[in-house]
Amino acid sequence: MLAIENLKVEVGGKILLDHIDLEIKPGETHILFGPNGSGKTSLLMTIMGYPQYKVVTGKMTFKGVDITFIPINERAKLGIGLSYQRPPTIRGLKTRQMVKICGKGEADAEGLAKRVNFSEFLGRDVNAGFSGGEIKRSELLQLMAQKPDLMLFDEPESGVDMENIHLVGKTIAALLQKDSSHQDAKSKAQMKRERTKMGLIITHTGYILDYVAADKGQVLYDGRLSCISNPREILNCIGQNGYEECVRCMA
Amino acid sequence: MHGVEKLKERAAKAVDKKAALGPDINLKEFDDSFVVHSYMADEDLCGLPQAEQKRLVMSGLDVTQKERAGTFFQKDTSVIHCHSSQDGIEVIPIRKALEHHPWIRDYYWKLVSVDADKYTAAVELSLHDGYVIRALPGSKSIYPVQACLYLDKEGLQQNVHNIIIAEEGSELHIITGCSTSPHMKRGIHVGISEFFIKKNAKLSFTMIHNWAEDMMVRPRSVAQVEEGGLFLNNYICMKPAKSLQMYPTAHLVGREAVARFYSIIVGSPGCEYDLGGRIFLKNPGNKAEIVARTISNGGRIFARGHLIGEVPDIKAHLECKGLLLKGGLIHAIPELEGHVDGVEMSHEAAVGKIAQEEIAYLMSRGLSEEEATSTIVRGFLNVDIPGLPLQLRAEIDRAIEESDKDVM
Repeated sequence: MLAIENLKVEVGGKILLDHIDLEIKPGETHILFGPNGSGKTSLLMTIMGYPQYKVVTGKMTFKGVDITFIPINERAKLGIGLSYQRPPTIRGLKTRQMVKICGKGEADAEGLAKRVNFSEFLGRDVNAGFSGGEIKRSELLQLMAQKPDLMLFDEPESGVDMENIHLVGKTIAALLQKDSSHQDAKSKAQMKRERTKMGLIITHTGYILDYVAADKGQVLYDGRLSCISNPREILNCIGQNGYEECVRCMA
Repeated sequence: MHGVEKLKERAAKAVDKKAALGPDINLKEFDDSFVVHSYMADEDLCGLPQAEQKRLVMSGLDVTQKERAGTFFQKDTSVIHCHSSQDGIEVIPIRKALEHHPWIRDYYWKLVSVDADKYTAAVELSLHDGYVIRALPGSKSIYPVQACLYLDKEGLQQNVHNIIIAEEGSELHIITGCSTSPHMKRGIHVGISEFFIKKNAKLSFTMIHNWAEDMMVRPRSVAQVEEGGLFLNNYICMKPAKSLQMYPTAHLVGREAVARFYSIIVGSPGCEYDLGGRIFLKNPGNKAEIVARTISNGGRIFARGHLIGEVPDIKAHLECKGLLLKGGLIHAIPELEGHVDGVEMSHEAAVGKIAQEEIAYLMSRGLSEEEATSTIVRGFLNVDIPGLPLQLRAEIDRAIEESDKDVM
């Protein structure tokens, strides 16, 4: 479980997040809505442990461990993974090697790449000249190898063309153990009971909701979590009335 | 032998001529007298002490000579091994060639000026030896020829002259290592190299330097590439040397001739490197590329590059990237010279430190900060070199891998 209590975060002296309380239980996926600049990415970066996001008050625990001040790689080792919106290019490091790094040498890069239609990119430098959609598939490929228990997705569908949106959606659902396409012997209730993976997804469009049955929706507005509700309802409200109205009506 | 005397005369006039670049070296502080070492048979090479073998392997010399088309091995001033194991490839010590093969005079000092500076003059006036490697017309070497210039005697000035000829339609790969014995500290290596790449020939020349910390190094190299020819010149220097200055130059004298220079350089504290590459594009369809990756962890590095486009319809690119890890200096000096309309020339130069963002990205995939840093550095040094045989790629990777610990 991820538990965030009364978190206040600043970057360069400016408060970006305040009074954040958030709890993601094993098996749960949350959707994070919010206008540009509201602090969504900052929240993901803070959970991942980027040092420039300074925690002023409050704490974060994951699997019972206080992670508030531990380095990024130790959070990764505990089982937190991030799918970046704009990851940096790493020259000379091939995507294949990166997948192996994520899987601690055990990942089958070729097999995994096939699943996200990414085989031909394995020999290319990580993120070098990748289009928006290619970056998303590369990020998913890395998470598939890394197998984190808590996955943070920063706008996984932005820049993805219609042809690949289905693939991206299905892959995220599979990563979060929410892939209901192969209806095997297990009942939905049983699947839910056995589900352990946690997710926190930033979305603008809500396309991802067509593939991932999210448990809760959150609206981040001006650095504060302002609403917890059914993600579909939030999406509809935002669509009809805009964020400001939505925050007021839900409050 | 009028021509021979003329060379000596010109050299004699240049004995005190300082080089255009790099700190001046007083050659009188070094000893250039001959050092006799006996010739070694194949099996003797394998019997060399382990520490020495290790130095050789790091410079790409495989004493077992498996998967090599030929071997040239010079220790101090003496050639101790020289043979070719593939038809169509000749490997000859240059002193022997000058004595027995008059044709060598058509190449000797034809590209490098004997009176360019005191170093070229010294090699002419006191030539120890060096190699002539020639691929006969149409021959294709499957394996690379290996050449090693080794210094063992403290305080030695090693003067070598090499001539490499890829005859029409041939394909030749050479790996050459320059190294010093494990106990050696101080010396100077002066090496002249003249490359002739004839019509439609392909030559790849990969040079790995493993010097001692107090070594001075002054190579002087010029290549001439004829129509449709390709000259691929790779230089790797990961180990410290006190002073290294070179500015290899290629002249593309035929249509569609191509030259590409790649260098990977690490400068440690106390090192001063002044390295460059210069390519003259003189005919339509010429292409040139100079790529340099330099890392300083405390050393001073001047990374030069100079492309000269003299005719339309040429294409040239220069890439010079430097990474400062632990202080030091990287001074990138890229130069483009377009003399006419219709040249296409570009350059990309950057000097900086490792981006924190990249380290954090790799840490979020589970690597520690140190592992992330070394992964990025290794990536930085991992230059794609199109057209290089896999085996030579592996040698380069090994040289990088070997010195990885020193770089960090």
